[in-house]
Amino acid sequence: MHQFTTTPLFGVTLTIGAYGVAHRLWLRGGRHPLLTPVLVAIALVVAVLHVAGVGYADYLTGGDLLSFLLGPATVALAVPLHRAGPSIGRMLRPVLMAVLVGSTAAMATTVVVVRLCGGTPQLEATLAPKSATTPIAIVLASSTGGVAALAAVVTVLTGVLGAVAGPGLLRAVGIHDPRVRGLALGVASHGIGTSRALEEDPLAGAFAALAMALSGISTSLLMPGVLALLG
Amino acid sequence: MIEGLFQLLMCQLVGTLLSQALHLPIPGPVAGMLFLLAILTVRRPGVEAPVMRAGGRILQDLPLLFIPAGVGLVTCLGLLRHQWLPIGAAMLLGWAAGLLGTVFASRGGLARNASDPDEGQ
Repeated sequence: MHQFTTTPLFGVTLTIGAYGVAHRLWLRGGRHPLLTPVLVAIALVVAVLHVAGVGYADYLTGGDLLSFLLGPATVALAVPLHRAGPSIGRMLRPVLMAVLVGSTAAMATTVVVVRLCGGTPQLEATLAPKSATTPIAIVLASSTGGVAALAAVVTVLTGVLGAVAGPGLLRAVGIHDPRVRGLALGVASHGIGTSRALEEDPLAGAFAALAMALSGISTSLLMPGVLALLG
Repeated sequence: MIEGLFQLLMCQLVGTLLSQALHLPIPGPVAGMLFLLAILTVRRPGVEAPVMRAGGRILQDLPLLFIPAGVGLVTCLGLLRHQWLPIGAAMLLGWAAGLLGTVFASRGGLARNASDPDEGQ
């Protein structure tokens, strides 16, 4: 059994299988936000690993192969961005403004809330970059004294939160413009929010991809300052 | 598909090299995305070009690629159990602040453009 679970085949097959099941459930369930495929698939994989008694390190032999594709997938976000180019170009300044305000608000609120709830400075550094894409968040968390593994998990969960609750919250505050919806999902919930925005509308997806990239950059540049100011 | 994937990987490679050589605070894949965007802007390939098709295809199942990192949850159960309040509260409120902050800040500029009849073609 152990020999079998430590081959890449196990992790890759389990992940793709869980995603396939989760995706079908989501379609059958009328695309209910709580059935968001990435959330259900994570739960399925965790359950299978638990039942089969397989450790995370063993699973990652295969899981890492899929994580590797996040690189080219991030590069590929240039494609929807390019398609929406003409409608973005004229609005670069308001977009930049929105991203700066949004990513700073996300970081500052996170740090303040962690402190109010009795968290350590280490936890502040771990959680502060969670609205940036996973690779950026991991690098930023570890370079400011946070815990890389927890940063990765919390970042993914923040993305899932955006996919699950983002469209509803935006509707509740009366935002129907696909460009603003995309921007907000990209800033607050990076790649997972962006894939949700892509499902909603191509224009929303393009703005989300742009927002994700810009918010990753602005989070990288501003996080040391935000931590120092609030520290 | 293979040619398109190759081009995506090459952009990531160039982005990573640039990011390291110039000590940019941007990770390689994000620099690679900006690099590919620059190429697409200059060369304007059609929707059937390999890089456009491979890019569109890989993005269709983007959520799949986040699953392994999310499963990392199982390695942090202890920390999560002890610190669930600050972690949960900061996640929820920090996320909402980012979302609503973006919406609030985009009111002025984007709202003006939204009423422009030439928009969104």
